[in-house]
Amino acid sequence: MRAELPLHAPGTQLDRGYIGQSTPRANAQRLLQGRGAYVDDLRFPRLAHVAFLRSPYAHARIKKLDFAKAAKQKGVIAVFDGPTVAEYCTPWVAVLSHLKGIKSPPQHAIAVGRACWQGEAVAAVVAESRTQAEDAAQLIEAQWEELPVVTDMEAALRGDVVIHEDLKDNVCFSRSLDTGGVDDAFAKADVVVEETYHFGRHTGVCLEGRSILADYNAAEHSLTVYHSTQAPHMMQDIFARHLNIPEANVRVICKDVGGSFGIKVHVYPDEMATAAISVILRRPVKFAADRLESFLSDIHAREHRVKVRLAARKTGEILAFDLDDLTAIGPYSVYPRTSGIEGNQVVNLTGGPYKHQQYRAKMNVVFTNKNVTCQYRAVGHPIAVALTEAIVDRAAQELKMDPAEFRRKNLIPDDAYPYTFPSGLKFEKLSHHAALDLLLKKMEYPALRAEQSRLRKDGIYRGIGLAAMIEVTNPSPAFYGVGGARISAQDGATLRLEPSGMVTVMCSVTEQGQGTEGIFAQIAASAVGVTVDKVKVITGDTGITPYGGGTWASRGAGIGGEAVLLAGRALRANILDLAARILSLDKGELDILNNEVVNRLTLESKLPLSEVGRVGYFRPDTLPMDFQSELTVTRHYTPRQYGFTFTNGIQASYVELDPDTGMVKLLKHWCVEDAGTIINPLLVDEQIRGGVVQGIGAALFEECVYGPDGQLLNGNMADYLVPMAGEMPDIFCFHLETPTKQSQLGAKGVGEAGTAGAPGAVMNAINDALAPLGARVTAMPFTPERILSALKKV
Amino acid sequence: MERDLEITLTVNGSEVTRRVAARVHLVDFLREELGLTGSHVGCEHGVCGACTVRVDGDIVRGCLMLAVQANGRKVETIEGLTDSRELAALQKAFYERNALQCGFCTPGMLMAAQDLVRKGGKASREEIRAHISGNYCRCTGYQAIVDAIEKVMNER
Repeated sequence: MRAELPLHAPGTQLDRGYIGQSTPRANAQRLLQGRGAYVDDLRFPRLAHVAFLRSPYAHARIKKLDFAKAAKQKGVIAVFDGPTVAEYCTPWVAVLSHLKGIKSPPQHAIAVGRACWQGEAVAAVVAESRTQAEDAAQLIEAQWEELPVVTDMEAALRGDVVIHEDLKDNVCFSRSLDTGGVDDAFAKADVVVEETYHFGRHTGVCLEGRSILADYNAAEHSLTVYHSTQAPHMMQDIFARHLNIPEANVRVICKDVGGSFGIKVHVYPDEMATAAISVILRRPVKFAADRLESFLSDIHAREHRVKVRLAARKTGEILAFDLDDLTAIGPYSVYPRTSGIEGNQVVNLTGGPYKHQQYRAKMNVVFTNKNVTCQYRAVGHPIAVALTEAIVDRAAQELKMDPAEFRRKNLIPDDAYPYTFPSGLKFEKLSHHAALDLLLKKMEYPALRAEQSRLRKDGIYRGIGLAAMIEVTNPSPAFYGVGGARISAQDGATLRLEPSGMVTVMCSVTEQGQGTEGIFAQIAASAVGVTVDKVKVITGDTGITPYGGGTWASRGAGIGGEAVLLAGRALRANILDLAARILSLDKGELDILNNEVVNRLTLESKLPLSEVGRVGYFRPDTLPMDFQSELTVTRHYTPRQYGFTFTNGIQASYVELDPDTGMVKLLKHWCVEDAGTIINPLLVDEQIRGGVVQGIGAALFEECVYGPDGQLLNGNMADYLVPMAGEMPDIFCFHLETPTKQSQLGAKGVGEAGTAGAPGAVMNAINDALAPLGARVTAMPFTPERILSALKKV
Repeated sequence: MERDLEITLTVNGSEVTRRVAARVHLVDFLREELGLTGSHVGCEHGVCGACTVRVDGDIVRGCLMLAVQANGRKVETIEGLTDSRELAALQKAFYERNALQCGFCTPGMLMAAQDLVRKGGKASREEIRAHISGNYCRCTGYQAIVDAIEKVMNER
């Protein structure tokens, strides 16, 4: 099996090897047998356990913490407050220079002097068991002075109460954008529609809570951290700098990760405290967040209030979008990515699929006394897609045009690329019209519309919702690095031929369950010429793999995969160099196929790779004096030609609404996605389906509900609803393939597409069902109560 | 406050005797005392199903049962049902269908699915969805899991 470059050459008839095959991923076997190794499964001698005392108030001064009783409890090793831990772990400030004007105060591993949200850690108890640590934490006597609380984002923007006095106001970051001509466009428009949308703050609910086991070795001044994280190298840099340990002495190992979705790519104060405590105590220390503290301290996301206006001609041509976004992020911008990115993405992406030329946006990011928010799967996209597609549907309704036809009139033509969007984004090549056509065909759109109107006569209210979208994938250094963040946009892969003829792949992109290791095995096998069972993939260890960014922003396949492909091609060339010496043949006559060196033309077997390995490693004495074989190669890849490799897609939702109960039943969901070269269709489809369901959760169920005093009211899985199997529809996935020409592999990202588009599609479907009843909903999640309220029944 | 009790139970076919605190949950006992880390702790309040194990033939939430309540009873976990090959058909179907991603829910999901499979007979997709509706999976969106269980139930 082999892959020839480039994979996307027009008219290519070459064998693509395993590229495009639904090969099951080898690493699933251990997980199926209960043999995974998540952080909490690891057992270490002298392991100590940490539990945190967390602030019961949303904003309060810590007057006194009395540890006397707690420290005396059986099994307790130590109790720490913020100032003590701060002696070992320096604070951080989450700002980036390319987000002009962004500000945030220094944040400590454990609160110093003041807690700014309910759930912020204010003390750490270390004991021989977690139970002992938790018991003792309850015996800490704390005296508090409650401070004024700001939870409403409009009030935060007004600044009646300023959370951080040094910052003068509650505005973390503001951005405005104006192409010019917007007021003119609205003045000459035949139709102007305007609506305000509210998006509920929600969170990732990874089934495995955040967890970290830090093991400081004082003899070496080294720190080994077993971490449930998406970005081991980023964390290595952070531990090194904030704990003052030489970078090369810090090793971050990321074994199995029980879901991440962006939740596990940030710096968490309690995790930093755990690492610092390992240094202080000179022994291994573990922290695993339980479910209740996960709700209080995992990043939240997506709390937005967005007013949007759209101007159109009566012929259906969209002229302009005008956006006003307000979002609240809690009391700190989250390190090191900042909490300005989500709102920034909303500004970048609103109106994204359409060909209007006038666009104006203003956006404010404000501090509040709730848990922090930051980047969560599809960052900003679910907001931008939902508000765009909702206002587009409103315009279509106003113009009495079919929503599909209205989109067709306005989507950027498939032959218009490369294309520069009014927000400044550059699109290499998208396929909106092909995607819309495919979607309408697959969902049998006219028949579905006919069914819908037939059933309405029987008092059955069904709705069809469409959501077209663009999606950021494969980000270049323009995303974070340019702003000063020590976050790598490049990734690397090392491939080694083993003496037995097997290939070991070590790559800096990590596995979180999405199948990274599986596709790397497919790419490596195809590039080198071996069968996929001969490839072993290792990821998630800064001591072993090349340096790289890890898993975020739908970049694993496109960036990590390209590095594996380049390294695989180079290894193949080196193997052939050696084989040519062994066989005394010209290298050009040889190729590798199915684990053997073969004659390139006749495919006649010349030498098994096990023999190449044997000679290369054990009998190099038989080779010419001037030849040294190189059977380990490393290659890196950074996308640089475009800021992002945009993908496009479109989703549709079909729902039935019960006007008496406000319940929404999801009947079917469709997704057409163009993610460039598809390496494994099975894995791609399951990424999309999982993402769609996560988006459905946002649309129908999920919200972190806070009281006016900043108390989280539903921070457990009984009260915070997540999608379960019973309510979810079957999801139909279809693909277009427009490979990116920036890379040899041509892969774009797909991990966030489902989550980006689903909320908008479901929202439009519900409103389509409500339309004949004269009602409309605009605040996610669309709970039965909100729907009944829109119907004026409650 | 802390009372230790001696319990004897059969875990995956082997008899074990331990002194445990009365408040220790069955799943914590399995993981911490016996090192059977295949059963996972997801919510500790009976919602997510990650800790699903079998006690005397019925599936239970390992976080809602105390270890002392398992005294004298027969407990089976993912490790035991893997070694006995009882789960082999489901594991193969999950593998081929990619009915798992991060794998954290998977042992509990397999225990719940096998509970339906061993009842015999066929099941509709709706029945399968209903049966696993107490097991939370954030990764897959459930469809692949339903497909895999359906394949095992309806192709035998």
